[in-house]
Amino acid sequence: MYALEINQLRKTYKNGFEALKGIDLKVNKGDFIALLGPNGAGKSTCIGIISSLINKSSGQVKIFGHDLESELIQAKSKIGMVPQEFNFNIFEPVGEIIANQGGYYGVPSTEVKKQSEYFLKELGLWDKRFLQARDLSGGMKRRLMIARALIHKPELLILDEPTAGVDIELRRSMWKFMRDINDQGTTIILTTHYLEEAEQMCRNIAIIDQGNIIKNTSMKSLLSTLNSETFILYLRQTITDLPPIKGSFSLRLIDEHTLEADIPKDQTMNDLILQIHGMGLEIESMRNKVNRLEELFVSLITNKDSQDKN
Amino acid sequence: MNQLQKYWIAYITIARKEVLRFSRIWVQTIVPPVITVALYFLIFGNLIGGRIGKMDGMNYIDFIMPGLIMMSIITSSYANVVSSFYGAKFSRHIEEMLVSPIPNVVILLGFLTGGIARGLSVGIAVTIVAMFFTSFSIHSPLLVFSVALLTALLFSLAGLINGVYATSFDDVSIIPTFVLTPLTYLGGIFYSIQLLPEFWQNASLINPILYMINSFRFGFLGVSDIDLTVALSIITLFIVVLFTACLSLLNRGIGIRS
Repeated sequence: MYALEINQLRKTYKNGFEALKGIDLKVNKGDFIALLGPNGAGKSTCIGIISSLINKSSGQVKIFGHDLESELIQAKSKIGMVPQEFNFNIFEPVGEIIANQGGYYGVPSTEVKKQSEYFLKELGLWDKRFLQARDLSGGMKRRLMIARALIHKPELLILDEPTAGVDIELRRSMWKFMRDINDQGTTIILTTHYLEEAEQMCRNIAIIDQGNIIKNTSMKSLLSTLNSETFILYLRQTITDLPPIKGSFSLRLIDEHTLEADIPKDQTMNDLILQIHGMGLEIESMRNKVNRLEELFVSLITNKDSQDKN
Repeated sequence: MNQLQKYWIAYITIARKEVLRFSRIWVQTIVPPVITVALYFLIFGNLIGGRIGKMDGMNYIDFIMPGLIMMSIITSSYANVVSSFYGAKFSRHIEEMLVSPIPNVVILLGFLTGGIARGLSVGIAVTIVAMFFTSFSIHSPLLVFSVALLTALLFSLAGLINGVYATSFDDVSIIPTFVLTPLTYLGGIFYSIQLLPEFWQNASLINPILYMINSFRFGFLGVSDIDLTVALSIITLFIVVLFTACLSLLNRGIGIRS
């Protein structure tokens, strides 16, 4: 049984826009999958249908074997939803928002109290529980929505850009929290525009573009399709010309201390470093020019666009 | 825990949230109708009423008292549900309920409970104020309570339909201003329809609020322009029709799902 099974899902809005063109997606129990795509690709429509906020035009969605049409209540009880936009009553106190959500799922008040204390403490909101939600910072509001989504112990957690607008320190603590939740057995679907986040967190990936899923594979196998990676090398010594490096590396001189190097799949970083070292040059530091997943993502979307134009 | 117990918890949660919502802002929700009705009692009841004389064989202030209480119940129960439902749509926290495993009928009952609670709270407050202006006895307490409850229910349902279709805050106030208030004033609060020419007497009979005000007045005073059985049947019929309509709208996701 899959945590999520989508078959031939279509959605055409009243204005005629076809947001989903018959997508298929299967998510295994316990998975941590990234659902990526450019703006307007159909991610939010897909998530909206799964969380039953958007009516599908046709197709089938099953949550842990429960059909979203014929077993709606059972299917909904398995899902926890963290939407992209804030969707709580800003005038309600934080603790009440969490307690109400537990109540909607039929969780007894004693259990709600226990759970809300746990999640509010875990997410650093316990001290804010009596504050109205409007008094929270943006990052706190995001964490509030995560705590709210977890109050009924969902088996499938959908995170729609949970770290949008959150500073890096907080983002990292949220990543850790999400990993812990996943380790405890909760299946997670993550949409994000931070591809570094998707690369670090997710085992599998589905890329959606113009209403179609154009890639659905493991993160590892997707990253292995990269033909080359580009690194920026910072040298201690000053150079004016490109060093004569052997092999299929492609080098560019950025300034007198900086080299940009494309390292093909059949070469290793070690080959390059040894050659540079052999010329009496020292590498002070180095970094990836762009995130690997970002590179692949852009090339997949660009290829798709050019194919469509042809 | 079985499913019914879960639904019960969900219902209590929504109902409590709705009651808390209006009681937290009681200065905005309870006090204004009480002040308005107190002014009606003072001006139309005490100052002008003394010059009008008897209406249906009773003092004018006693005649208008049930209608004024009913008016405050109607406007309060309607306003509570329409503002709460539209507010939840506007700030999108209606989604908290929509993603949860709650049948639509439970969501509906939760909102209705809030509307009824506010309608009856205001009704009780206005009745207490009425005691300062006139002394009255209640002909049938059970009928008074039943009609107040049914009317609050009916207008809570109507408020929810308005909330479903509303797409702006203007839409929330259009129906109360252009439909509800005229129907209430023309529903026999301040006069007996026997005073009207025959054509307007018959025209008044298509106004559902006439039946509520008259059956409520019968509960207080024991007099009515309308047969009580007919009045209660019509109120019940409206409730059944509006309840079915509300449930159908929620099931179809009108105004709340894309």
